[in-house]
Amino acid sequence: MIEIKNLHVTVADKPILKGLNLSIGAGEVHAIMGPNGAGKSTLGYALAGRDGYEVTEGSVSYNGKDLLDMEPDERAAAGVFLAFQYPVEIPGVSNTTFLKSAVNSIRRARSEKELDAMEFLKLIRAKTKQLGMTDEMLKRAVNVGFSGGEKKRNEVLQMAVLDPAFCVLDETDSGLDIDALRIVADGVNALRGPDRAILVITHYQRLLDYIVPDKVHVLANGRIVRTGDKGLALELEEKGYAEFGVDEAA
Amino acid sequence: MAATLETAEQVRAVTEQKYKYGFFTDIESDTAPKGLSEDTVRFISARKEEPEWLLEWRLKAYRHWLTMEEPNWGKLGYPPIDYQDAYYYSAPKVANKPKSLDEVDPELLRTYAKLGIPLKEQAILAGVEGAGDSPSIAVDAVFDSVSVATTFKKNLEEKGIIFCPISEAVQNHPELVKKYMGSVVPYSDNYFATLNSAVFTDGSFVYIPKGVRCPMELSTYFRINAKNTGQFERTLIIADEGSYVSYLEGCTAPQRDENQLHAAVVELITHDDAQIKYSTVQNWYPGDENGKGGIYNFVTKRGACRGKNSKISWTQVETGSAITWKYPSCILQGDNSVGEFYSVAITNNRQQADTGTKMIHIGKNTKSTIVSKGISAGKAQNTYRGLVKILPKADGARNFTQCDSLLIGDKCGAHTVPYIESRNRSARVEHEATTAKISEDQMFYCQQRGLSSEDAVSLIVNGFCKEVLKELPMEFAVEAQKLVGISLEGSVG
Repeated sequence: MIEIKNLHVTVADKPILKGLNLSIGAGEVHAIMGPNGAGKSTLGYALAGRDGYEVTEGSVSYNGKDLLDMEPDERAAAGVFLAFQYPVEIPGVSNTTFLKSAVNSIRRARSEKELDAMEFLKLIRAKTKQLGMTDEMLKRAVNVGFSGGEKKRNEVLQMAVLDPAFCVLDETDSGLDIDALRIVADGVNALRGPDRAILVITHYQRLLDYIVPDKVHVLANGRIVRTGDKGLALELEEKGYAEFGVDEAA
Repeated sequence: MAATLETAEQVRAVTEQKYKYGFFTDIESDTAPKGLSEDTVRFISARKEEPEWLLEWRLKAYRHWLTMEEPNWGKLGYPPIDYQDAYYYSAPKVANKPKSLDEVDPELLRTYAKLGIPLKEQAILAGVEGAGDSPSIAVDAVFDSVSVATTFKKNLEEKGIIFCPISEAVQNHPELVKKYMGSVVPYSDNYFATLNSAVFTDGSFVYIPKGVRCPMELSTYFRINAKNTGQFERTLIIADEGSYVSYLEGCTAPQRDENQLHAAVVELITHDDAQIKYSTVQNWYPGDENGKGGIYNFVTKRGACRGKNSKISWTQVETGSAITWKYPSCILQGDNSVGEFYSVAITNNRQQADTGTKMIHIGKNTKSTIVSKGISAGKAQNTYRGLVKILPKADGARNFTQCDSLLIGDKCGAHTVPYIESRNRSARVEHEATTAKISEDQMFYCQQRGLSSEDAVSLIVNGFCKEVLKELPMEFAVEAQKLVGISLEGSVG
């Protein structure tokens, strides 16, 4: 589904990704682990098309299309979803309004009929329940005054509602206690399916106990340095990144 | 239901293009000779068959105006206005005054249809199905200088409510006009109000009798049509003891290269326990990207809470005009009276707005609330200018002011100029102000969820304005939300 070849990305003229190769097929869940500053979040932003994350070399093909040639909202409409490490607050805009605008923007872009208020409410109620969220959270302004756990659950809710084909979860486990982690992981697992590819970016292997990946990659100094199965994550946990020739402080 | 449908139509129409109101209706006009002189004033007064006292009042204003200087304290820049190079009266030529909508020039009705206003509520007017139901909006439409038709007049008359063009009120209710006109905004008040007093052409008059709650929203749609005509409406609303009225004012103008002058006066009066809610959505042509054309809007709006426990609430959404100079104010005279000002001012491209309010606390335990949201984009300048004045006898007066500015891009400006004068030690005045930019984080977050950059700006700005928009009546709120998006089109990369 997604084919990343020799990806080089600079941020403020500083090279961060330096020739990253990664290929994820439909139905697969991959995890990327790595120390702070390895370029994990940069990968997520570059795939989503954020301004300031300049691709200087390489290519990303998404279902045969050139992903790098698309605007961020076009990528979203094509089914690319990024769950943010730090979800953004939008004061005065209720979660419901935000989600409805998003859903209908994407439906419009796909020439599908927009959902009316009733249809949308039905959709969102079902998904909210699944994630143990309250209606009250839907009425609150997007991420404003949300706890860390609520923000992450909100990201997963958006993901569930938007029904993307390719999901990137950027440190979705950070700041979560064990109960919240389980709820979030359940939410993500519910989305696993033969048509969907998921990329989980994480610092700790803890999340991977709940979202069991098909493949684990170690990212260091802007490149994938090791690839293995779930066992690799446990090995990393035990020995630390240094064992892989990775300087934790890098 | 009808109103809902119309709103939906309106919204659809509004979203269709940038300034869709830029059409010009070809109607024969009866126009005063160009320029301003005592003769112009006499011409207007004669055309309107006014009584002697009103002509004298106009002439007094005109003579006073000659001694005044145009104010220049606003943070506004524009070339000098040539007051002799404009027409001060332009009326659609109609053989006789229309008695009903059927007699109104169909061309005019088509114009209003394009504006999407529910002028022609035929069913209700004709007394057919559902006529007994309380309709939601009554419209008094001002086309250039003459109010062409007033809907729902009958329904209102039954309650003793007077809602008519002010020129008609001069003929039919001279005692009320004489008593109240100029009592809040005297003819000598300021340069533009004085000019208006001399040459005002039409506007709305509303009187709500004691204890009556007006059963529908009253509405005026102002529209400037003829070339080089200044529009000088004068609106007067009186809420007698214990009454209530909600009044909506919507404004549009055709697109022209020349700047058009607009100097209106609105006076509100509330007696004991009465309440007026005045809402404006101003969407006049703002000029093009380079600042060519557009309306110069110099408006004096003031309300007097004369009675105890009375309340005046101004809500405005200002998205249009090249220049906006406007300070809807409240004189809180009655004990326990309440003044409110909720404002959204959006400026894009080369637009300039200097707007705010004055809250004058005179009575005991008077309360005022000011919530102002200024949004600047492009090369626009947006200024909040507000005065909170507490006079010595206003024991226990309270004010809360919140001024938030939002910047889009790095070539625009936001300015906050609050004045506070307190002469009573028991008064409490609070002022909060913030300035923010739409963050790149917010934009990217929205776009990642599928919103286009323009939809993202519209959503974020609507969120920013929410506290004000929620004060608008339903029909207006939806339209205003769409306008917010439209007026910021092209403001992001």
